[in-house]
Formats: sequence, C-alpha cells, structure tokens
Amino acid sequence: MATATEEPRTRHDAGARAGTPAISLEQISKAYRSGGEDVQAVRGIDLRIEQGEFFSLLGPSGCGKTTTMRMVAGFESPTSGTVRLHGDDVTGVAPHRRDVNMVFQSYALFPHMTVFDNVAFGLRRKREASGEIRRKVAEALELVELNGRERTKPGRLSGGQQQRVALARALVNRPSALLLDEPLGALDLKLRQAMQMELKRIQRDVGITFVYVTHDQGEALTMSDRIAVMNGGRVEQLGTPAEVYERPATRFTAGFIGTSNLLSGTVAGRSGEVATVRIEGAGEVRASCDAPAGARVDLTVRPEKIAMEAEEPAGDRARLAGTVTEVVYLGSATHYTVRLGDGSEVVVFRQNASDAASAAERGETVWVSWRPEHAYALPG
Amino acid sequence: MTMAATREGKRGRTARLAPYALVLPGWLWLALFFVAPIASVISMSLMTGGLAAGYTFTFEIGNYARAVELYWEQILRSLLYGGLATLLCVAIGYPVAYWIAFKGGAYKSTYLLLVLLPFFVSFVLRTISWGFILSDNGVVLGTLKSLGLLPGDFGVLNSATAVVFGLAYNFLPFMVLPIYAVLERMDHGVVEAAHDLYAGRVQAFVRVVLPMSLPGVFAGVIMVFIPTSADYVNATVLGGADNTMIGKVIQTQYLVNNAYPLAAAITFILMAALLIGIFSYAKALGTEQVMEVQAR
Ligand SMILES: Nc1ncnc2c1ncn2[C@@H]1O[C@H](COP(=O)(O)OP(=O)(O)O)[C@@H](O)[C@H]1O
Ligand SMILES: [Mg+2]
Repeated sequence: MATATEEPRTRHDAGARAGTPAISLEQISKAYRSGGEDVQAVRGIDLRIEQGEFFSLLGPSGCGKTTTMRMVAGFESPTSGTVRLHGDDVTGVAPHRRDVNMVFQSYALFPHMTVFDNVAFGLRRKREASGEIRRKVAEALELVELNGRERTKPGRLSGGQQQRVALARALVNRPSALLLDEPLGALDLKLRQAMQMELKRIQRDVGITFVYVTHDQGEALTMSDRIAVMNGGRVEQLGTPAEVYERPATRFTAGFIGTSNLLSGTVAGRSGEVATVRIEGAGEVRASCDAPAGARVDLTVRPEKIAMEAEEPAGDRARLAGTVTEVVYLGSATHYTVRLGDGSEVVVFRQNASDAASAAERGETVWVSWRPEHAYALPG
Repeated sequence: MTMAATREGKRGRTARLAPYALVLPGWLWLALFFVAPIASVISMSLMTGGLAAGYTFTFEIGNYARAVELYWEQILRSLLYGGLATLLCVAIGYPVAYWIAFKGGAYKSTYLLLVLLPFFVSFVLRTISWGFILSDNGVVLGTLKSLGLLPGDFGVLNSATAVVFGLAYNFLPFMVLPIYAVLERMDHGVVEAAHDLYAGRVQAFVRVVLPMSLPGVFAGVIMVFIPTSADYVNATVLGGADNTMIGKVIQTQYLVNNAYPLAAAITFILMAALLIGIFSYAKALGTEQVMEVQAR
C-alpha cells in the first residue's frame, strides 16, 4: 500500500484538498468473533464528515460508537467497507501511519513521563526539531490552560487536568481529525459542563475536525455541528442538533433525544400537509403527516411545545383534555404528567415565569394544546 | 449528645491506634527474624576464639581483613556469576513474561504453571539431575559423542558456564513472575496511545512498555541476584575446583571448620556488597521511577 510507507500527512496538504470530506466511511461493517459467535457491532455505516466539523456519534451503550471510531483510528479493521481520510483509502493502514489522533476515555497518559514528555511524544516520533517541539508543546499547554505543569507526572494531576493533557497530547500534532471517545465520561457534572464549553472553544480556535463519541444527548446537542444518532450498529438519523431534536426521524431517536410524547392514532382525514388524527378515547388532533387516511400513525410532540390551561383553548390549536397525575417542581421549570382519555400520558414542561398562570394541581382536569405543525407522525 | 461525643472520642482513639496495632506483628517478625540475626552476625564477626574455648567479643576487625585477603577471589566470582545469571534471567524471562501477558490469551495461567512446574521438585534434586544429564558421558553428551558429533574430551560440567546456566535455570521463575505481574496489569490503552501517536511496534515497546515494566524487572533482578550470588549448590554440583563461590566457603567455615567469626565476617561482606550493588542499580534506574510506578 502506497500510503503505508509515507510519513503521516500534515494539515498543509490536507487543506490543499478542500472539498473532500475529512473522513468518509463507506458501507463499513464490523463483526467481532467472541466465544465462537459473531457479534455484529457495526452494520453498514455511511458517513461523510466535513473538514473542520464538530461531529458527534450519539447512541446508547453498545450501539457501536467506539467500534466505529476505532476503525477510523485504525485499531480495528472493518469486516467490509472502506475508510477514507481526505479521500485516501486507509482501510488497511496501521494506526501510527494515520493522520488522526485519539483522546481515550481512560486518557491513557504515559504515567512514567512528565506532562511535557507526554505532549511531546507524537512530535518526537515525527522527528520534529527540539526547538519546534518546545514551542508547539508550550502552545498546546497554553491552549488547555496547563502551562506551568510541564514537569509534573500525570499521576499528580486531577482528573480534569489529566483530561486536558490527553487533549493537548493529541491536538499538538495538528491531526486532520481528532477522535474523542466519551472524553468527559469520568468527570463530575460541573467539570463536565465547563469542559464542554472549553472543548467547543478549542475546536473553534484550532479549526480541526472533531469526531466526538457520547451517549449523553445533552452533550451532543450542546457541542455538535452535526450528530449521527446510532442504534444497533446503524445510523438512525443524521442531522444538525436542531434537526434531530425537532424532527426525530424514528421512534428510537424521538425517545433517545430529549423527552418526547408519543400518541397513537388513526388518520381520519387530511387537507394538504395537515392530517386529522383520531386518538381513540381522547379526541381528534391535527398534525403534519403524509400518511393516507385510515393509516395508523404515532404522533410525537416535545413537552415544551405543549401548553396547559384550565379552559379549552380557542383557535386552531390541537387540543386534548386530561387529568394531571404528577407534578415535578424543578426550580426554573415544572414538569407535569397528564393522563389523556385513551390512558396514554403526555409530559408538559412549563417555565416558572413570574407571570405564569397559576400552577395545576394533581387530579385537576386540564386542556393540553399545541400548534398542529409541532406534532407530526413518525415514519414507519 | 455528650454520650455520643464520648463514644466518638473513644472510637477516634481506637481508630488512631489501630494501624499501629496492625503493624505490630510485622515489626515483631522483622525484629525476630531480621534484626536479631543481623546483630548476632555482626557481633560474631568481631569475636575471637574457638568452638571448644568459646568465643569472646574483642572487636576483632582483623576477621574482615582476613576474609578479604583469603577469599576476595570467591567474593568477586560470586558477584560475577550472580550478575551473569541475573542478566541471563532477564534476557530469557522478559520475553517469556511478555509473551504470556500479551499473547497468552485464555491460557495465561497454564503457561505460568508451566514456568513454575520445575519448582515442584526440590532445588538440590533438580541441580543434581542437571549434573547427571550434562555429565561427560551422560545421556546428552554421551549420545552425541557416540554418534561422533562431539570430540571425546568435550565436557560441560566443572565450568563457569555450567554454574551460570544452572543458576539462571533455577531462578528463572523469580524473574518471570514479577515482570509478568507488571505487564499483565498494564493498561493496554497506553500502548494504543503510543501507536496512535505515530510510534511503531519497536518505539511503542522501547518508549512505553519497557519503561513502565521496569519496576517488575527491578524486583526480578533483586530476587534473582541475591540468592544466586550466595548460592553454593550450583557451584558445588555443576562447577569444579576453579568455580567455588562464596556460599560454599561460608558453609565450610561455619559447619566444617567452625570458624564462626571468619564465616560471619564473610557473610557480612557479601551482604554489604549486594546492598551497594542494589542501591547503585536502583539509583541508575531512577529510584523515583521505580517507586512511583510501583505505587500506582
Ligand atoms: N473486542 C470486542 N470483542 C467482542 N465484542 C466486542 C468487542 N468490542 C465491542 N464488542 C461488542 O460490540 C458491540 C459494540 O460495542 P462498542 O463499539 O464498544 O459500543 P459503544 O461504544 O457504542 O458502547 C457491543 O455489543 C460490544 O459488546
Ligand atoms: Mg464506547
């Protein structure tokens, strides 16, 4: 293989090929053999990750995120399919010859080396001049706000600081993509949130493509330019955070990202984009839906799109009556659970604004309503 | 409230004393089996007299002078043989430990058992068996000679080589086990990180795996170097008159000649030499490194 003998490519020639995706995965699959049986970890994924993008792989544990990322880094070879970095087929290329760097979940810092030597490791392997190494390491440590700790061994740093060293150690090489496997998983909530902002800032500053693996939907929504929602070794949906949140394409995505209400009903009639859906025992609502009359559909509505009031709302809002079964006060907001006539429950989020209408109590009868375009039928 | 406070106080005192109470048996053990014998060896090495007349403490430094004068050759030879056997153990034991830890898969414990298997036979018996096997007309050499593959006067026994190989053979598991223990619990992610940062197999080994396994090597070297330097069985069984090691001299002086003070002086010289050797070795490796990585 021609690329196998080359030095790792630098970003200079990477930039020269603007237009080609930084990473493309073409129909990659991976089966592990374990205990005499094949475990299908990844089942045919197609992805194009653009240059400079903050791209997240989001999905529950065991859905194949780590496997996908390890195939990009070169630690696993796909059972079938092609991995391309900047258009070059690297499918069989060893990890140390790929111009991507990984931030491991366990950080995997070298415990016997100082922070400086950890960060300088990649540059030294690439045989850069020592002055250059010193300059770049200082710059990288500055970026993660760890200057002054060069002589410290990783064992003496806090979890958050180790995380930053791991990041600096990868970033200092200016790879064409940085792969991060649940990098914040081991940090506590406060630190995790601070690091999310930090990572986003760093990514904007350096302009390197980030591929970010997480099972935390909030994290993915906050940080990403685009998200691939994965489930069972497949990509369920690909889109911007707003797209996957507002328009989940599948039942799985709707359930996995945020809270969503699912209402089962039958299409009773339609006018253009909007159909009337009859929910047995609860009433009729209008929703955006292209299923033909008579089809059974699942409607989804996000809890914050739902209004709740004591009187039946006027106008063209979709509305149903129900009984409040649960009230959860969360400080800035309150979450209500309302049981509808068909026995299904919807969750309603309501901001605790000072001028908000008086709160509902358990057992009260209320009307829930939403604009028809905020409810739509899930395909399938 | 007050009662609770008193109980707290009591528990606090017990909790504070508990660690000391727990190490007490350890201290007693050390005092009884380490400090006492050493003190007795040192005081014996400064005595004069004989078995019949009894020994008296005369602060006889001359015992040391005599020991060095008479046996410097055996002392140096012992350190040399011990050192060579230790090197041989590292050279053979490291790859074995590495292979079992990283490539052993589901059979790791089986392979370890194989390494330990010779230990189920007594040390002396094992060495004597090698004596039989390698004797000039024994199974191996005899057969090769009768096939005309070796000259008739060829021999392995009664040589430094036989002694060093015998020592290395007998103490190999002491090298394999500590190295294996370190490699086995090493986070494999660290090796992957090295590969990810452009290190090939050799670089990843030299820069990451080897330095991280040094504490195991250090432990192995100590566990092999000390007993091999003081060993007398291998030199007696596999070596000849020219390969006497200091262990044999000490044994003879104690048990045959009953020259207790001289024997004690030699013992103490050997111990000092080993300690100096080990400390300079630890220094060369970097004590901080050895201890710090060990502590993790
Ligand atoms: N080395 C392996 N050997 C066998 N099965 C594996 C291995 N690594 C992962 N798997 C399996 O592949 C599936 C996907 O794992 P992984 O990619 O780690 O998922 P995720 O990172 O999304 O949690 C899981 O069912 C897991 O048990
Ligand atoms: Mg994972």
